[in-house]
Amino acid sequence: MTNNEWPLWEVFIRSKQGLSHKHVGSLRAADEKMAIENARDVYTRRSEGISIWVVASANVFASNPDEADSLYEPANSKVYRHPTFYDVPDGIEHM
Amino acid sequence: MKEFNIDELNRKFQEKIDNDIKIEPKDWMPDDYRQTLIRQISQHAHSEVVGMLPEGNWITRAPNLRRKAVLLAKVQDEAGHGLYLYSAVETLGADREQTIDDLHSGKAKYSSIFNYPTLTWADMGAVGWLVDGAAIMNQVPLCRCSYGPYARAMVRVCKEESFHQRQGFEIMMKLAAGTPEQKAMAQDALNRFWWPALMMFGPNDAESKHTQQSMDWKIKRHTNDELRQQMVDITVPQAEMIGLTIPDPDLKWNEETGHYEYGEIDWDEFWQVVKGNGPCNKDRIDARRKAKEDGLWVRQAANAHAEKRRARNAKKAS
Repeated sequence: MTNNEWPLWEVFIRSKQGLSHKHVGSLRAADEKMAIENARDVYTRRSEGISIWVVASANVFASNPDEADSLYEPANSKVYRHPTFYDVPDGIEHM
Repeated sequence: MKEFNIDELNRKFQEKIDNDIKIEPKDWMPDDYRQTLIRQISQHAHSEVVGMLPEGNWITRAPNLRRKAVLLAKVQDEAGHGLYLYSAVETLGADREQTIDDLHSGKAKYSSIFNYPTLTWADMGAVGWLVDGAAIMNQVPLCRCSYGPYARAMVRVCKEESFHQRQGFEIMMKLAAGTPEQKAMAQDALNRFWWPALMMFGPNDAESKHTQQSMDWKIKRHTNDELRQQMVDITVPQAEMIGLTIPDPDLKWNEETGHYEYGEIDWDEFWQVVKGNGPCNKDRIDARRKAKEDGLWVRQAANAHAEKRRARNAKKAS
């Protein structure tokens, strides 16, 4: 093996039942098993988690911030998707 | 993709900084900002890792099992802090192994405080109390740093750091209340670590070449001298409480300013240690190099094992 460095992994932790996994950082490990063990030592030394996901960083595809304007334009132009767009007369309740 | 000229990009970047909008890894940033962060975060990471050496030195000789367990946990935290920071550096496009090689070649620095030896058990107290105390003072404002991954790493570090300082202060407090020999040992540790701890904040503001730019970029929030003053003001009463004397004949309370005045720092000593002539510079780098070289076969074996497992699983699946 020419590369002595281990691949990079993104780490996601579920802090308690009922919450989703949240990205907490990254680390290097030879494989997914070692990545989970290292994630336990690096990111949960004070019981911060009850479940760990690791994803090889090479498998993460991200949107480009330079294209944010066009990417999110469809949502920006549709204010009528928000309830505050509508007038509700005084006296109408439970709406 | 939209075309921007460099002035426009710079203006938009500074606008985000001025409005306290964090910069994230894929956002456009000026090259100098990137390089400054790579330098600062990697040196911060190196400091965490090199900082394990002076304390690791005492793990096997801790006076009892409780102290040993605590010191072990503290040193393990420092390793964790180094790892959070190396990941933050990687988000800037820096190569982790290269940053470590830069430490080993002497190109990258680390906090000079770790070039002082830890001669007695009391030094574990002085290091936790003063060195981690100074580190906290430096790191708390970094939680609001403009670069997202660095700020987030600092939040984790600061949460963990306060136990480090407390365990150090507890060691000093116990020794200071012990036999005359124990108290003398605590005083001796304070004498040796006080000035190097004040030097941790870096050169005086007038001499600090990076401060202004780093403040404009909101990487840094306070100047070196502001933080140093804060450290003195907070620490002097703590020393008094446990009956130890700050080794500074010029130290006095200034009623008017509401701050302590303190003596002149020996900047020659500071620069000598930065340039590599401190008592332990060579030992520290030798130890880091040896760790990397001795661990090479382990890293290679783990890669080979992972490769073999992948091949086996692929075969099973087909």
